[in-house]
Parts: sequence; C-alpha cells; structure tokens
Amino acid sequence: MAYNFAFIDENAKREIRRKILKAVAIPGYQAPFGSRELPIARGWGTGGLQITMSLIGPDDVLKVIDQGCDGSVNAVNLRNLLQKTTGVRTAYETRQATLIQSRHRIPEETLTADQIMVLQVPWPEALRSVEPSEARTREMHAEKDYSRMWVYLYEDIVRWGEVTIGFRYPVMVNGRHIMDPSPIPRWDVPRLHMAENLYLFGAGREKRIYAVPPFTQVAPLEFADHPFKTEDFGGRDCFLCGSTDTYLNEMFDSATGRKIYACSDTAFCDRRRAEGRMAEKHAYSQ
Amino acid sequence: MLTVNNLAKIYGSSCSHCLELTGPAHKSNVCPRCGSVVACANISFQVDKGEIFGLVGESGSGKSTLVRCLYFDEEATGGEARLAPYQDGRVNMLAVSAQQKRFIRNHLMGMVYQYPHLGLKMYFSCGGNIAEKLLDAGFRHVGRMRERAAELLQRTEVPPGRMDDLPATFSGGMQQRVQIAKALANSPPLLLLDEVTTGLDVSVQARVLDLIRSLQQEMQLAVVVVSHDLGVIRLLSGRTAVMKNGQMVEVGLTDQILEDPQQPYTQLLVSSQL
Amino acid sequence: MGYVAVKGGAGAIAAAEELVKYFRLKGRSEPLAAQQIQDQLRLAVDKVMGEAGLYAPFLAALAVKQAEGDLIEASFILRAFCSSQPRRYYTAPAGTGEMEIIRRISAAFKDIPGGQVLGPTRDYTQRLLDFSLAEESREHVEDFLEKFLKDVKPAADFTFPKVIDLLRAEGLLDDEGGPAEELFDITREAVSFPAPRSARLQAMARAETGGLMALAYSSMRGYGSAHPHLGELRVGYLPLKIIHPELKEEVFVGRVLVTEAELITRFAAGEDEQPRFTLGYGLCFGHNELKAISMALLDRTMRAPVPGSPAEDQEFVIYHTDGIEASGFSAHWKLPHYVDFQADLQRLRSAGSRPEGED
Repeated sequence: MAYNFAFIDENAKREIRRKILKAVAIPGYQAPFGSRELPIARGWGTGGLQITMSLIGPDDVLKVIDQGCDGSVNAVNLRNLLQKTTGVRTAYETRQATLIQSRHRIPEETLTADQIMVLQVPWPEALRSVEPSEARTREMHAEKDYSRMWVYLYEDIVRWGEVTIGFRYPVMVNGRHIMDPSPIPRWDVPRLHMAENLYLFGAGREKRIYAVPPFTQVAPLEFADHPFKTEDFGGRDCFLCGSTDTYLNEMFDSATGRKIYACSDTAFCDRRRAEGRMAEKHAYSQ
Repeated sequence: MLTVNNLAKIYGSSCSHCLELTGPAHKSNVCPRCGSVVACANISFQVDKGEIFGLVGESGSGKSTLVRCLYFDEEATGGEARLAPYQDGRVNMLAVSAQQKRFIRNHLMGMVYQYPHLGLKMYFSCGGNIAEKLLDAGFRHVGRMRERAAELLQRTEVPPGRMDDLPATFSGGMQQRVQIAKALANSPPLLLLDEVTTGLDVSVQARVLDLIRSLQQEMQLAVVVVSHDLGVIRLLSGRTAVMKNGQMVEVGLTDQILEDPQQPYTQLLVSSQL
Repeated sequence: MGYVAVKGGAGAIAAAEELVKYFRLKGRSEPLAAQQIQDQLRLAVDKVMGEAGLYAPFLAALAVKQAEGDLIEASFILRAFCSSQPRRYYTAPAGTGEMEIIRRISAAFKDIPGGQVLGPTRDYTQRLLDFSLAEESREHVEDFLEKFLKDVKPAADFTFPKVIDLLRAEGLLDDEGGPAEELFDITREAVSFPAPRSARLQAMARAETGGLMALAYSSMRGYGSAHPHLGELRVGYLPLKIIHPELKEEVFVGRVLVTEAELITRFAAGEDEQPRFTLGYGLCFGHNELKAISMALLDRTMRAPVPGSPAEDQEFVIYHTDGIEASGFSAHWKLPHYVDFQADLQRLRSAGSRPEGED
C-alpha cells in the first residue's frame, strides 16, 4: 500500500497550511488545528512533523535535529519517515537546509530568509504553570491578562534571587501574546527576536500551531532590575572544536570520569572541525 | 466620584413581573411568576470624593451582590455605573469590554472581601499579592515593587518582615490588613469593602476599622462599606442606605438613619441592633 | 578517549527492531495467525478498534500481533493507519433500536419489553483459572461447536424496543436536545471548551478504557455525586447507512458490533421546574461493557454546570483519557533531554550560587 507524499493526505495538509497562515497573521497566538495521528507517538514530535509534512516539497532540503544533534535516535527516526514518504534530499549542514525541524534547539548559525525553522512543542501554553485550565488560559490571552505569570516570575526572584526557568523561557511576542518558545534553552531565545527566518511551532498532542514571523519583536519576560540572562559557560570550551561561544552539553568522559563539554549543535561542531579548528588544550587526546 | 443608576442583578430567566412582585412589600426577592431571584432591583446612589457610603441590611438583602457587580465579579443584569476618573464619568463602566473592566479594576478600584481567600491568592506570598496589582498597572521593577509593598504593609500595620510569607500563615486580622494593602496598591480613588470585619475578634475589628478610617482620610478615598453590622456603619460612614429584599428602603445621613429611622424596616433593624 | 557522539542512531534503530522481532519469536512456537487473534482474543480486538477509532477487526488483530499484545500500542498503530486514509463519507444517524442484539440487560427494571437477554457474559461465572484450556485441542473445538449449534434455535427477531423509551414516553426524562445539526468531528478540529456534547462523546468513544473507568469510578466512589441506574446495556450489531451521493438515498454499507449503555441518573429540574431523570449515554465499538458504562457515567457528570470534581470537569476528562496521547507523552520522557537538563543544571547552580565543581 502506497502512502501519500509526506504521509498525511492533501486535505489535511491544506488545513494545516491554513492554520499556519492564521498563526503567522497573529504572531504568538496558538491556533488550534485538527491534529492527525501519525505513525510516531504523541509527544515525540507529531506537531512539528505535521507542519513539516504540510510544507515540504520535492525541492526542499531537510534537516532534522533532536537536542541539537542530527544523529540522535529520534531525529533519525523522524528523518527516515519524512525521507521515506517524500524522497527529498537531507542535510546535516544548517546552511544547506531549506526546512529544519528541531526539538529543543535552534542551530547556532544565524538562519536566513529562505529557511523555515519548525520547532516541536510539548506544552504550547506558557501560562499552564499558573493556570491548569485551557478554557481559562485562552481567556487570559484574549484579555492579555498576564499578571499571574508576572507574579510567578516575581516570586521566583524573591525566593531564589533570580528567575529559575532554565528552558521554555516565556517570551512576549509582538507586544501582545505571551508565548512558550518550546523547550529551547535560554541561549536560543534571543535568536527569535527580529530574525530573518520564519519560526513555526507545532504541538501535535495539544493540537496547536503558532508562529514567529520574520522581523517580529520577541522579548523574554524580564524586570528592569533582573534582566533576562542566557546561560554562561564560564569560558569553557568544546573539547572537540574548542568553541567558547556555543551552547555546550556537560558530560562525563566514560573512561576517565572527568567532566567535559561539547557543542550541543553537532553539525556546527563538525563543520568547525572540518575547517581545521580544534580544541588546542584537548588536541592531545584526539 | 461614583454614580450608580438603576443597577439590577437578577439570577434566573426573569420576566416582566420580577421587579413589581419582589421587594420588602412582598417580603421576598424571589419572583413568584418565574422563580428568578432579584438580588438588586434598580439601585441608584452616589458617592462623592472623600466620602464613605454605607450599605446595611440583613444577609440576602443584595448589598454584597451590589458591590460585586461594581467590581465586575458579577455581571449586572442592567443599569449604569460611572466613575469620575474613567472617561470623565461619561461612560457606563458596566457595559465596557472585559479588558477595559480589568483596567478599571486594577487602576481605579480596590476591593476588600469578607473572606481573605477571595481577595488574596493564598499560594502567592503577601508581597506577591501586592505585586500582582502593581504588575497589572505596568510595574516591571522588582526592587521598586518591594519598596511599595513594604510601604503599604507598614501603613496597614503588617510587619514588612513578613512580606515574603504566604498569607495562609497569617491571622485573620492580618489577612484583612494585607487585603487592604493590596486593594490600595495603585492608590485607587474608589475602595469597596464587603463585610471586612465580620468574623474578626472585637478588638481586632476596632483596629481594622481605625485603619480604614485613617487611610480614607489621608487618601481622600471614596469608599463603599457593606456591612450587616450597624456598629461598623456608624463608625465609618457619613451616609448610609438600608437594603432589604434587593431594594433600597431608606437613604440618608447615618446619624439620621440611626437616630430617627423613617421606614418600619429600618426602625426594626435599628431597634434590634442598638 | 571515551566520548562517543550519539550518531550511531540509524544503526541502533535497525538493531532494536531486529531485537524486538527476536524477542517475539525466540520461543519457536507456532506463529500466531491474525485470524486466531480476531476469533479468540475478540475482546482485545474490540478494545483496540474502539481506542483506535477504526472498525476493522482483521487489521486490529494484526496490530495486536505486531504489538505483542500491548493494546495501547496496538490502538496507536491502528489509529495511525487510519489517518493515512481519506475520509469519504459520514454515515446517516443510526438508531440503536435497529441493533441486532446479542446481549441486553436492564438493572432498573426487572422485566423489560422483549425480556432480558443475558448473552455471552462472564458476569455470573466463577473466575476460577480454567486448567482444561491448557489442553484445548482442535477436536475439543469441533466437538463443542457441533453440540452447541445443534441445540441452538435462531430467534425470530433480534431487535428490541429500548427501555429508555418507556421513561421518555412518560415524560420522565429531561430533554437532551436533538442530534446536533452539524457534527463536530474531533479528528478534524481541535476541541475547545466547553465542548459540544457530540465532541465529548466522540472523544470518550476513542478514549482508553482504563482511563475512563478510573475517572468514572472516582465519581461513583464519592468524588462527585453520580448515583446511576443502568437503564439498559446492549451489545449487538448496528446496521450503518450512508447517503448515496448520486441516488441521494440511504444505502446499507455494513454492520458494526457496538456496546451501548444508558444510565439513568438523579433527577434535575427541567425548564418547567418538573423533576426529571437525566440520561448518561455511552457507545463504543466492539464488546466492551466497562467502557460503555464508564462513558455513560462521565457523559452525565460532565454536564455539571460548575465542576466540583475531576469527573465533572470536561477538560480534565477529555484531555486525560485518550490512551494514545497519554501513552505517547508518558513515554516521551525516554527521549534525550540533555539540552533542557543542562539549562536546569545551570539555573540550579546559579540560584544556589554553587561552584560548578571540578572540571
């Protein structure tokens, strides 16, 4: 039995494209959509997949990453499904890709106007931490009733001296909607602001699509005396490429037990290494 | 400051006979035709700047519903309410959008409820509760909000050292003072008080009432006080309205109402309580 | 250097797939025929069809085989298959009065028009482990069937009037409103709340049996105030018709086995203040009585004007009982989360101003 190009049927694609247009028209607004069942489990990227499936064409070059890595098992599985049902070219190199689907990371390279970035979203509702009911949070967005979210941040600062949200840092989009940027680290949040490329966010289980169109203001929620900060790796460098200006994963060398750091964006790291850059102080151990 | 005209609140389907078949003359606020409850039947009154206006009556008379309608906790069925600082008093605030209503609530009104859990979020710290109002008014500086909260707590006699504690751990009297601090956070011109001392010890009651009086004089607030207790009304309000079965039966200077009540119901109320 | 970049993804996935197959076959027993599953594990097949939302007994049996008996996994496989198929028609509304009954009982009335039909049920048997099944052979099967079928007389009529209609005729049931003019299709639109009843019933018809039962049970036990009587429970084959696009008339397209439960619950006052019973309704694919009863109960509890317990809260019930959504998300924690965890580590160290430890 043959499946349709990009698995889901054309009517479904059309509906999802309409919802994407709606999302683009109201930046940061969560557009409900009739999320289809995919042969991938709910919570494993079905929202991002449906966006990708409804946008992808035969000439696209696809990149799929999970936690910054092209080779991670889930990325491989999603890429296989897309490739099997479309036959498109795929790439590891961010600059070659026209369509990038990712879970929890935005690539280190600045994206351009002819690239679309699709992010997988587990919890589309940034206000969920202060209000469990969907009916209520929709009302809160409609009325721009965000004081509880702000009090939440205030209380965090009072209790811990700073906002303790590590990932999924809430942002204000276009001065109107508070949005969950998906579980990207704070490191990636500034990339959403006034970007050249279109960002699309898909939550399959929760049945929501939202967008940050190119050149849209995206401001992390912050206080004048407690400004938003990205992660600080204290000058540590990637043990593979020596980079000090990328998001690093901390891990333990399985042989020595020593703590080491490596770029979370593996394609970026690979390219730097191919260009001959290597961590000087680690060079001996390669 | 506040002008209320023909404010009505009816629970139920309501029919054309609701208003004429309920009220003190019928000893009920339930319409015998359609079973609707007429909580407030075309209530009109006015409160001036710097004035405390009392609403007194037994429970079920509609006085609490009235202030809840004014604070938009309940949607009024009909009528008008105008607030002088909102659009120069030209607009009926009962009919504006939900967003506008929130603006009015956050900037122009403060409310203190009988039950602290209605006015305070028990899972937010005391300072967080005050900050909620300030954040709504656009404050985005933690330090400045804390200064303002400390100032308000000091003024309402809550030890500022308890600013970061949850109000659930406070005594009833202190919870009420935190509620007052929150209500006053944005220096609103109108304050609504719904049975704020009911349920407090007599000595605590007196301190809270003193506090309200001195704050009112200092800030020249317009205040609407709802109470079933004539003692509270006598102590606070200059003018008072008596409510019964959803209607206003008598309005006048508080002294006059208490010393020389005109209506039989008011006479009964006064003689039973004093 | 002990560090291995996680890039062996493709190879690892293929190997895992092989291993799954190996673990299914390593006992070297006779391969299970899907037909056997369809015939002899019929309740598993029914559950899968219901939760997938696709009536296809053979495909469901195949999914059970593929999932090695994990019914949530099997439902997931079948539902995913379903979304690759175009939707061509909606059937005309089907009246369950036309059901060809294999079982129908009422707990509210001792005698009902047409009589109680116990049908195939384990309700009144002792649940003793049947060791003779270990020795069941082809001969046993043939023997049994021959004897059983010899004594069976086909009934003259398989359709029965509905118990609930008796109450309805007396005006004792609250008006539930007619069928919605335009059907809300939860597979094509995201549900928003408050959800129309048609959306709530559809969502529950696809929900996971255990999830529905847990919530319904919470209400029966005391988190809520449902005091139901089982008006009628029926299991049978429901004929389905579509409107022929050219002939513009109803055309019979097939029968589906369904279970239907109608619960009568405590009365509420109608518009005219007259007390009436209210009805909770449940219907699902296949023979699955617990699901139909749980669904009917929740249909009723979700109509509470102000939710006072989880079972009365539409969002709570609808969002948390879909087995495929819940299982997918519960399983997703197995995915790598190192980026997020790194971010949290950073925050924790920074909030506690702890040193980062030795490099």
